[in-house]
Amino acid sequence: MSKISIKKMDLYYTDFHALKNINMEIQANEITAFIGPSGCGKSTLLKSLNRMNDLVEGCRISGDILLDDEDIYDNDYDVNLLRKRVGMVFQSPNPFPMSIYDNIAYGPRTHGIKSKAKLDEIVEKSLRGGAIWDEIKDDLKKNALRVSGGQQQRICIARALAVDPEVLLMDEPTSALDPISTAKIEDLVQELKKKYTIVMVTHNMQQATRVSDKTAFFLTGEVIEFGNTEAMFSMPQDKRTEDYITGRFG
Amino acid sequence: MSRITRFAVKLSAFLTFGILFFIIGYILLKGIPYIKPSMFEFEYTTNNVSMFPAIVATILLVGLTLLVATPIGVFTGFYLVEYAKKGSKLVELIRIATETLSGIPSIVYGLFGMLFFVIKLKFQYSLLAGTLTVSIMVLPLIIRSTEEALMSVGNGLREGSFALGAGKLRTIFRVVLPVAMPGILSGLILSIGRVIGETAALMYTLGTATKIPDGLFSSGRTLALHMYILSSEGMHVNEVYATGVILVIIVLLLNGLSTYLGNKLTKGR
Repeated sequence: MSKISIKKMDLYYTDFHALKNINMEIQANEITAFIGPSGCGKSTLLKSLNRMNDLVEGCRISGDILLDDEDIYDNDYDVNLLRKRVGMVFQSPNPFPMSIYDNIAYGPRTHGIKSKAKLDEIVEKSLRGGAIWDEIKDDLKKNALRVSGGQQQRICIARALAVDPEVLLMDEPTSALDPISTAKIEDLVQELKKKYTIVMVTHNMQQATRVSDKTAFFLTGEVIEFGNTEAMFSMPQDKRTEDYITGRFG
Repeated sequence: MSRITRFAVKLSAFLTFGILFFIIGYILLKGIPYIKPSMFEFEYTTNNVSMFPAIVATILLVGLTLLVATPIGVFTGFYLVEYAKKGSKLVELIRIATETLSGIPSIVYGLFGMLFFVIKLKFQYSLLAGTLTVSIMVLPLIIRSTEEALMSVGNGLREGSFALGAGKLRTIFRVVLPVAMPGILSGLILSIGRVIGETAALMYTLGTATKIPDGLFSSGRTLALHMYILSSEGMHVNEVYATGVILVIIVLLLNGLSTYLGNKLTKGR
């Protein structure tokens, strides 16, 4: 059974048909990469998976998105619980302007954890999970805005891990970072897939080949091709995919 | 040509600064020699020309005005930025209303306050009528600064909070408000400044009694009003300057505080 299945999904921003008839099965403990030129709907689909699109006015969705066989767009579905299960890391690091500790503890506190000992434990575990514990363990009281961009992004990953999600959505998590930080995050993502299902939008095709198991190629709101990363990059089935990955456009 | 422009620009800058300096210096020079301990006696008489009752009335008026106007103004700002649909008719209407309110001369507020609060609602010249009148007057200022403070909070922070499964209220109180707080506070301080400096809107609503107000329905006079009346009576011109010194000091302190908080806002991001 797949972790997330998307069935006959269409999405409109008011009159603009942004996603057209999307069908996709996302497997647990795999990294699925979304690639394609700008404005093709990758991020839009990603944001549909934890209903962040609810915040966009005029956004309408038809079709089904199932998480563990439950329709997440069902009226009775608890959006806050969904977002706890499906965590998200954004394109530019967005730590809250508070201490590193409070950043990580924000999510667990939101979901009702008050015990100091328990929070301490979660903070350490999450920061270790984000591969940043060793660098900042003595600076937990420091404002999270005062560390480097790469560290901020790993804090944001740790923050997402702190609510114990099942799926992790990453929207071009390395596009604002330098190559060294990027390499650290790519290694981290490999590590994280043992526990989490990861969906990642990337502009960088080398990154997709380096980290992902499956790749979906998007073009003007449609999924042109979806399959094993290796197969797709060595032998694309569609002419347009081939053109894109060989760098003829985009 | 560029030399003339540069000269004109420098001159304007110098004039602006110089005029401010001149006014403050003039008031200080004229006023400080006449500040006497007797001016701070508990009761006003024509002999001591005490400004103490006026100081108390000013503090009471400012406190009550903040009590009335802060919740209304701040919540309106929150509604406009965080809750209302962008570009809805109601938002437009509230924006037009606040902009119009902020353009009305204060004497018109005074007239309205007199006709409505003092006469129609029979509040008499009172702290209550004065408070309500200046509350309406500073409302646009508070709404505007709250809006701006909230809009300056990056959307990434809100999204980050929602993405962790936090609800709207928690996001606003835990993430947005702490960042917006300095901006909101500096707006409040500016409105305090306006209340302290106001005369026209208060003369016919708060009244001009010289005693310390002993209740909501009691009249009084604020420092600015006190100055205005003393100088129009023409008997105590030196004491007017002395009172002016105290008023100027208070306003300068408040403006300094507002700038300081404003700077903190921009640094916090």
